[in-house]
Amino acid sequence: LVFTEEDKYGLYSNLLFKYFLAEGIVCGHDLFVASAKEHPDNILKELPAPLLDDTYRKELGDEAAAVKSEDFQDSMKIAWRYQNLPKMEASPTTYTKFGHYYDVSKKMSPELCQSIKWHSFYLHEELSLEPKMKTCNMNSGYARLLRSIQRIISQEGFDGSDPQKKQRNVLRIGIQSLGSILWGDDVCCSDTPEDAHSLTKFLYVLRGLLRKSLSACIITVPAHLIQNKAIMERVTNLSDTVVGLESFIGSERETNPLYKDYHGLVHVHQIPRLNSLICDVSDTKDLAFRLKRKLFTIERLHLPPDLSDTVSRASKQDLAGSAKLLSSGCGAMAIGKKHLDF
Amino acid sequence: QGKFTLLRDNRTDGSFLVHHFLSFYLRAGCKVCFVALLQSFSHYNIVAQKLGVSLGAAKERGQLVFLEGLKSCLDLLFGEEEQPGQPSPLQFLSGSTSDLRALFDFVRVSLTPTDGDSWKSPVLLVDDLSVLLSLGAAPVAVLDFIHYCRVSVCCQLKGNVVVLVHSNEDSEDEENELVVNSLCHHSDLILWAEGLATGFCKDVHGQIKITKRLSLRHAAEQDLVQIYQYKIQDRNVTFFAPGLSAAVL
Repeated sequence: LVFTEEDKYGLYSNLLFKYFLAEGIVCGHDLFVASAKEHPDNILKELPAPLLDDTYRKELGDEAAAVKSEDFQDSMKIAWRYQNLPKMEASPTTYTKFGHYYDVSKKMSPELCQSIKWHSFYLHEELSLEPKMKTCNMNSGYARLLRSIQRIISQEGFDGSDPQKKQRNVLRIGIQSLGSILWGDDVCCSDTPEDAHSLTKFLYVLRGLLRKSLSACIITVPAHLIQNKAIMERVTNLSDTVVGLESFIGSERETNPLYKDYHGLVHVHQIPRLNSLICDVSDTKDLAFRLKRKLFTIERLHLPPDLSDTVSRASKQDLAGSAKLLSSGCGAMAIGKKHLDF
Repeated sequence: QGKFTLLRDNRTDGSFLVHHFLSFYLRAGCKVCFVALLQSFSHYNIVAQKLGVSLGAAKERGQLVFLEGLKSCLDLLFGEEEQPGQPSPLQFLSGSTSDLRALFDFVRVSLTPTDGDSWKSPVLLVDDLSVLLSLGAAPVAVLDFIHYCRVSVCCQLKGNVVVLVHSNEDSEDEENELVVNSLCHHSDLILWAEGLATGFCKDVHGQIKITKRLSLRHAAEQDLVQIYQYKIQDRNVTFFAPGLSAAVL
């Protein structure tokens, strides 16, 4: 369960959200997109196109074929990462091939979008609550979303309930702007919301659903609007990965010469510790992001005088690295060093 | 015997202590009731196997009673109507009752020795208590639950109770702080894991403060406090005195 704190104007977190979904399409996973803000169809039309230049095209083809024939039975365990390793070593390129790169200036082609099965949930179009449904005192928008996710998981067999289905796939769930007022939750409006527990209950049930099925989920939340810090702490405890994006737009950091090459900072508040005593901790915690014309990159934060020495390291890193973090699905300890090596 | 141990963590993940106690008590031959609210069974199983204990086997022979909170919650929300004789332990979620009585009954029934049980003293392990507050239980209800568990497990059954809570030093979660402070006053042993005051370090993952609350049982005695630093590895956690990390020596 990846929890992303949105930046103030939602620009960059939206980008991250789209990368997650795009990666799902390219990997052949099924998608579930939920939003109360924009219609999921529109979200899907705006996904970035994968970078397909000559060097990549062959590897992409190989990878796509390999991904399809892979036995997803083991895809949630550490073995999956080891299956990937030989491919990476044989690759002629110097950077890690754990995932794909995207070109932000182009949109993904509709044929590629249609190549996978996707489900959507747009709050304002959903039918009203079924009378028999238990809500456990949760906000009705959240309850309906959970019901919808649970239905898809059991119908499409992501929880292994259909033994005949040999080719198991992964479901990527993306939920946009959870906790905002558009979902009917006033946790962003006041210090003492009417129902302080809806969001945390929702996350707990979602966590349960993710744990018992082959799915991964990214949620973006306008954390800067949530005034009740206690809720943020509880939410952090209930998520596996928590990443915060802080953009420099409109803040005094925009003119700070230290940050002149970057558009914002990435704060990694928590990384998952699943199936193991330890979690993989990278050796640096200062990460910054920038949006170039074509690429969105996350890099180690460098002080300006150092840039000249480290140009080669900083130039070709890619957001795809962090998108892979999200693609590993729940229950996997596949948070290896490779994609934390920006 | 009859001790209440509190595990708390501050800005770090103290769950390695939970894994330790789980495998420790299982290896010692105690009957364990594990209320696992935060993670799935397979997570604990995989880690326990690294520590040399099989949870599946323990469950089969009746030594371990495992309540998987996530699964129970899903059954409650999406399952069919429950049978009247078997209420869900997490019944407070559905709003029909506001106390944790069903959860306590579950614990009591699991740990009461039945005929043919040859296990040593019972143990209740909870991971973690702060989740109950997130799910809408009132702090008073949580404290009542713990109180009932202590009376039943520690005093009547002469067993042990180990509970994990999260807390931050400058936390604004008042309900959580209330529960944690109250539990601290009633614990026999407090293991407090926190990150280093000097910041993040690759070789030393944190420090643990062990407080033996001798003053709880004997008013004249003083509490004994020890501090160690630790580094977590794949199958093991190494403890050492502050400043004596392997990286420094």
